Amino acid sequence: MIATVLVQSEDFDIAAEIQKLTAGDRDVGAVVTFTGVCRDEAGKLSALELEHYPGMAEQEIERIAKQAGKRWPLTGLIAIHRFGRIRPGENIVLVVAASKHRHAAFEAASFMMDFMKSRAPFWKKEIFLDGTEGGWVDARTKDDDALDRWSEE
Amino acid sequence: MIKLVYFAWVRERIGKSEEEIVLPESVSTVSGLLDHLKERGEEYRYALEHSEVIRVALDHRHSQHDAEIGNASEIALFPPMTGG
Repeated sequence: MIATVLVQSEDFDIAAEIQKLTAGDRDVGAVVTFTGVCRDEAGKLSALELEHYPGMAEQEIERIAKQAGKRWPLTGLIAIHRFGRIRPGENIVLVVAASKHRHAAFEAASFMMDFMKSRAPFWKKEIFLDGTEGGWVDARTKDDDALDRWSEE
Repeated sequence: MIKLVYFAWVRERIGKSEEEIVLPESVSTVSGLLDHLKERGEEYRYALEHSEVIRVALDHRHSQHDAEIGNASEIALFPPMTGG
């Protein structure tokens, strides 16, 4: 299974990405997608500014994807993370996991997101409607705790 | 010479996104590097005052504070990540 990992400023087309994992592969029985979208935080937020560590961002997501590929029998996996200025309603991140059966695809997509949130080098800064910077979004311990459920005995 | 890169509020507090420094021979671990940087000035002390929360990557790989720097050529310092 070869995973596709993209770190980019431009948006992505979810339907086109799904198509890449199903076209010509009649062994695929399940495709799970997760899309992370920018909220407006009760109307206050003008945009998020996403900073990333070029080079490491791709490599870290590839490492996570490789682990997912070892744990579940996937037929395909795509992870796309955007950077730069992202406005409410716009896409931030996409995971598409494909497998023969749904269980592996659901689990792998969830695993990818949990690890990307805590291990992929991206940082969000809030920009408010009045133009002021709201500061850097705090990391939540809940996100770190989410990794524990994937620890193998 | 070793390349240091900074991100998010670590970058803002130090006031630069990257620099090259000569590591003193006495510095061999990540925590030794953090202590050394704090002596470089007020902006470093401010950025690294709660050094236990600072995350570190050696040549693009997450590392612990007790890790040996070894022959890493790029060390990144940044806050906990908030992607996704």
